[in-house]
Amino acid sequence: MTPGQRRWIFLAAIAGLAAFYLWGLVGLPGFGNYPGPYGDVINRIAVAQTNATGVVSAVNFEYRGFDTVGEEFILFVAATGVAVVLRHLRNERERNADGETGDAPDEGQRVPETSSAIRMVALIMTGPTIVVGWWLASHAQTDPSGGFQGGVVLATAFILIYLAGQFLAFQRVSPTDVTDAVEAIGAGGFAAVGVTAVAMGLPYLTNFLGLGITPGAVSSSGTIALISFFVGLEVGAAFILIVGELLDQTLLLREGSG
Amino acid sequence: MQYFPFVVVVWILGVGLYGIVTSRHLVHLIMCLIVVQSSTYVLLLGVGYKTGAVAPYFFDIPNHTPAVDPVVQALALTDVVVEAAVSALLLAIAVQAHKRFGTLDPQELVELRG
Repeated sequence: MTPGQRRWIFLAAIAGLAAFYLWGLVGLPGFGNYPGPYGDVINRIAVAQTNATGVVSAVNFEYRGFDTVGEEFILFVAATGVAVVLRHLRNERERNADGETGDAPDEGQRVPETSSAIRMVALIMTGPTIVVGWWLASHAQTDPSGGFQGGVVLATAFILIYLAGQFLAFQRVSPTDVTDAVEAIGAGGFAAVGVTAVAMGLPYLTNFLGLGITPGAVSSSGTIALISFFVGLEVGAAFILIVGELLDQTLLLREGSG
Repeated sequence: MQYFPFVVVVWILGVGLYGIVTSRHLVHLIMCLIVVQSSTYVLLLGVGYKTGAVAPYFFDIPNHTPAVDPVVQALALTDVVVEAAVSALLLAIAVQAHKRFGTLDPQELVELRG
């Protein structure tokens, strides 16, 4: 099939798909006329039931917490998958960042010097990024935040360290063994919170901790805050691992000659 | 105008699929997949929107203030995480494909497979 034929077949197919999709969507209540009732019900009762003022986090880590366990493990499995797909193959060997094993790196693989402007900005940004990430991961119950967002921002801080220094510095601040362990603690911690509830004779993932007194306080909302913290660890470590694996490919590996 | 956001959803889906079908580079193809997926964010948030409502955060507003649906927002969050995970895995596979076949053009990859 030539690209031209492929395009015509696609255009015919997408015309049909778009028509039916639009037809279906027009049957929905129009934009702005949310019919409810689930969102309205949860908005009414969530603060009273969980003492969390961030209802999105309450939904994620409490009402549909069981789904979020699965979602978190999707990320866990994806990070594992990246590590497996990018494992060292038999005909590959590791090369130092300075190409110590002999051959000069390929022209296309050579990494340009980092400019001092990038180094400066990355250094200045690292501290604030960690603070913001930590704040997001630990305030799921009050603000538009939570472990998923906080974890990604925390991972960004480590990638900034890579930008500010080099790969070796990135590896020193996030050794793979430690990141692996943190990721496992994050993923397992979430599941363990649920199992703890079962051990106490409650249904899986029941909020068994005290809910605190003030809605929206950092100490409030029981397991929502705890789960969000574990998710933050998991997400941060997973993204550091994924980025580390991909950097590893460009900087350390080269095809062996035979 | 009431259905304009839904038209946007179909448009984003359509251009993403067009990119996938005509792609000549695996990284470009993965980006197009991300575009396709982002149509679901617009759909989810559009479905849950209520005219004049606020975000579902009741830290400093009374509990009965009309707010948009938090369930679809939580689903959109799920969606973003899964998308990030899937694209990381696909990019890793693209790296390996390039290593093994020396090309990232899906057309040539098909030909190599025979």
